[in-house]
Amino acid sequence: YYLNYFMEKVIVAMQDPDMGMKMRNQRLLITVIPHAMTGHDIITWLIQKYSICEEEALHLGGMLLKYGYIYPLKEPRSIVLHPDETPYRFQTPYFWTSTRWPASELDYAIYLAKKNIRKQGELMEYEKERYSVLHKRINHTWDFVVMQAREQLRASKQRRKADRIVLECQEQAYWLINRPPVCSILLFYTALVYTCVALCLCLQIETCRRALGRNRVKSSICLEGFVKYSEQYQNHDPIMQGCLPSNPWISDDTAHWTMNAEMVPTPTRLRVECWSFSFMELLKDVMGRKEFMTYLEKEFSGENLCFWQACEDIRHGESSKIAEKVEEVYKNFLAPGAARWVNIDSKTMDKTLEGIKRPHRFVMDDAQMHIYFLMKKDSYPRYLKSDLYKNMLAKAIIPQETKKSVFPFMRRQRHSSPSPAQAAAQATEEDGRGKGAGPAGTNSDV
Amino acid sequence: MERPRFTPKMSRCLHQVAEKVEGLGQFVMKTRRTLKGHGNKVLCMDWCKDKRRIVSSSQDGKVIVWDAFTTNKEHAVTMPCTWVMACAYAPSGCAVACGGLDNKCSVYPLSLDKNENLAAKKKSVAMHTNYLSACSFTNSDMQILTSSGDGTCALWDVESGQLLQSFHGHAADVLCLDLAPSETGNTFVSGGCDKKANVWDMRSGQCIQSFETHESDINSVRYYPSGDAFASGSDDATCRLYDLRADREVAIYSKESIIFGVSSVDFSLSGRLLFGGYNDYTINVWDVLKGTRVSILFGHENRVSTLRVSPDGTAFCTGSWDHTLRIWA
Repeated sequence: YYLNYFMEKVIVAMQDPDMGMKMRNQRLLITVIPHAMTGHDIITWLIQKYSICEEEALHLGGMLLKYGYIYPLKEPRSIVLHPDETPYRFQTPYFWTSTRWPASELDYAIYLAKKNIRKQGELMEYEKERYSVLHKRINHTWDFVVMQAREQLRASKQRRKADRIVLECQEQAYWLINRPPVCSILLFYTALVYTCVALCLCLQIETCRRALGRNRVKSSICLEGFVKYSEQYQNHDPIMQGCLPSNPWISDDTAHWTMNAEMVPTPTRLRVECWSFSFMELLKDVMGRKEFMTYLEKEFSGENLCFWQACEDIRHGESSKIAEKVEEVYKNFLAPGAARWVNIDSKTMDKTLEGIKRPHRFVMDDAQMHIYFLMKKDSYPRYLKSDLYKNMLAKAIIPQETKKSVFPFMRRQRHSSPSPAQAAAQATEEDGRGKGAGPAGTNSDV
Repeated sequence: MERPRFTPKMSRCLHQVAEKVEGLGQFVMKTRRTLKGHGNKVLCMDWCKDKRRIVSSSQDGKVIVWDAFTTNKEHAVTMPCTWVMACAYAPSGCAVACGGLDNKCSVYPLSLDKNENLAAKKKSVAMHTNYLSACSFTNSDMQILTSSGDGTCALWDVESGQLLQSFHGHAADVLCLDLAPSETGNTFVSGGCDKKANVWDMRSGQCIQSFETHESDINSVRYYPSGDAFASGSDDATCRLYDLRADREVAIYSKESIIFGVSSVDFSLSGRLLFGGYNDYTINVWDVLKGTRVSILFGHENRVSTLRVSPDGTAFCTGSWDHTLRIWA
């Protein structure tokens, strides 16, 4: 366990974007494999990083290779680190021994079946042996094995050649390390069972230790919480209390949806009431958020909500845009003298500024949390007491209940609504090319 | 030194605390819409945020997008594999994700051009080494959370198909997952064939809590609306409620007459009702607080395989092996 932990530390250091190894494309026959390195590079890096001699670097590098954390692109069967131009690659964490352990019989059977289908008769002697033993042992699931093998082969055919070669190499390297020992599959199985038990116990101990350290809330408080929550939301639960003016699914009238659309001139009373239940309810509602922003701007603290929204955008947006978004947020909210500077405590600010040097999805989490709780504890309660909110609540609509139809057999016409995809397509067209033609698909009325 | 004696206090359960709460009256819920169009068992469905559209997937490889209110079919895709066990609607309403025996999760942008083949714009996002059992978009269209028969869950970046985080800890197939509605929004729960329900931190990949009281596979997990608890449905014919702050099971929903497994569960908007779809073709409605079965709904002609309450709680939808979907209100 600790061996893997230490090895992984080395591997992570090797892949560090600044201080790690320089990766380049390596040519393998006619295909170019990205993110590869040579044996020589590995040795040089290890020597420099750990101030060791070449012999020791060779030894350490060899261990990384033997345990499957790096693998060669040529001669996959060679588990010897060559300090020359031989190309190597980092094994994907998915295949690390520590995470994949223990390798399952079923997975190995699928791997062998794939190899057999792909290259008839090209299984090594020991692989042929394993294959027939497995075929006997797990014969009852053999259909599943073959089906999975076929499915995986079909999926891999759709990949780009470079990706396919890399993945095949990764898989092959993994099974070379993790295949059952030459002696006997029974012995392997027994050893596997024992080590499985040991691992399970270790995991159990780890889970128990974590459980002991956890803060628990008294049961009576938790259980009361359910009663309170259900009471508070009972009127808002259409299945429990019905909804006004009527449930669209029962009456075929969509008025309830129209009245509760995202942006309406006057919201319903239930909706505005909901904003007072929790800060999250207010923020979840687009209209609630807009109202809250109006209030904050009056208090000259609108930048807090803007900052929170920008952080949400980073957390949930495209991976490729993270760096540029973080830069924007820094410029607008965190930099000294920023136009919309947010007030964060110095400890969090320092930690965030340090993290910005290597921007990632969660780099703003601490700062975002700080501002979120600031708004929740301070601005939110005051908003609920403000005239802005009270007026909104006073003028909110309580819809009239629609009386049931006098003629229950006459069904109302069910009107269709624009698809969200249509709204989005229209928006892009308006923004972008400004073409006159609308979207092709139209919904027909029933 | 004498060992301190430990006398365990009888843990209170939710039903005892809720004795003082008023019981629920008669419940009348009927099928309001029947969606016919799938040629085989319906395996999964999900609601669109617009509260009326749904996506459903079936054993014959078809994925259909419906306006459930009008019962019109709006889009249809034929997947290259059978048994599409998972499907999800993107928060924007502009795409759907699905997968199953192909071990992948693919995202299809919904095009309005009736002539355009949706399959052409398909984007392969997730890649597992066994079947995909469930998938869900996170707060945006940009990330997808998946669970698989390979025993893991994973978080993926939709644009690049990159694996952002993987979650290891289940000892067998993971069958279901649900994202927490919490204010810090960073956790989710998964249930598997190892009878465990695990709560995960999406940032670190760590399993932060684990619950193992079911006696068989957990087919469905769903958070209580406040995010402080979650319900599970299992092949052991029970549904259970687990409180995250008390770190234990607080309620069991079972009846001697119910001997078939639960395939899917979901809460009504206030969390007072728990709906369970069962393998004996029925839906049982439970009073979450009192633990009593409030109603049993008949209608499907085969196993109920999937059940979800609509985003505004006005109805719930069920999908069944009888090839149909039903909207109940």
